[in-house]
Amino acid sequence: MSDLLSLAITTTLVLYALAMVIALARLFRGPSAQDRVLAMDFIYVVGMLVMLALAIRYDSEMYFEGALLMVLFGFVSSVALAKFLLRGEVI
Amino acid sequence: MPALSEILVAALLLASGVIVLVAALGLWRLPDFFLRMHAPALASTLAAWLITFASIIHFSTRGAGLALHVWLIIIVLSITAPVTTIVLARAALFRRRQAGDPLPPPMQSRS
Repeated sequence: MSDLLSLAITTTLVLYALAMVIALARLFRGPSAQDRVLAMDFIYVVGMLVMLALAIRYDSEMYFEGALLMVLFGFVSSVALAKFLLRGEVI
Repeated sequence: MPALSEILVAALLLASGVIVLVAALGLWRLPDFFLRMHAPALASTLAAWLITFASIIHFSTRGAGLALHVWLIIIVLSITAPVTTIVLARAALFRRRQAGDPLPPPMQSRS
């Protein structure tokens, strides 16, 4: 791995972390419950992108399974929370 | 001098990072919930596509053949992201109607 790629991956991870912190601020601030659900869904997606960047960083294909699982868990949890907001019960 | 593929991968990664940051700023700064719903779509479409291309290029230039399995993430994401958005938007509309808050104006019908 060259210096250029390593530097680019570090910068990208810092940008992702910054985005996650901003979304976390939105999650804490609200103001409504659906804002918090939206911010959590966004944090899940950015976490998936972090996994993909780490796959390039460590040159390993094992991270793809993790990223795929993260997409699926994020989907299930967001839909469950939205359903809870809609009716007050999940199923 | 790094190889051309590494320059390409680095550029795609940086573009993806900047776009995710723009999406987060949109999530923070837009004034209304229904406006805020637009911002995270940037992360789950364009940024995910860019980093997918980056990892396809990176893993395909290692000499082990074309590595297209990252595409699976894009496929799953493009199925699940609209479902999440629609369910969340309907929940928000329902809650606003229940609370008596002002709703967004209805769509204009074009004749």
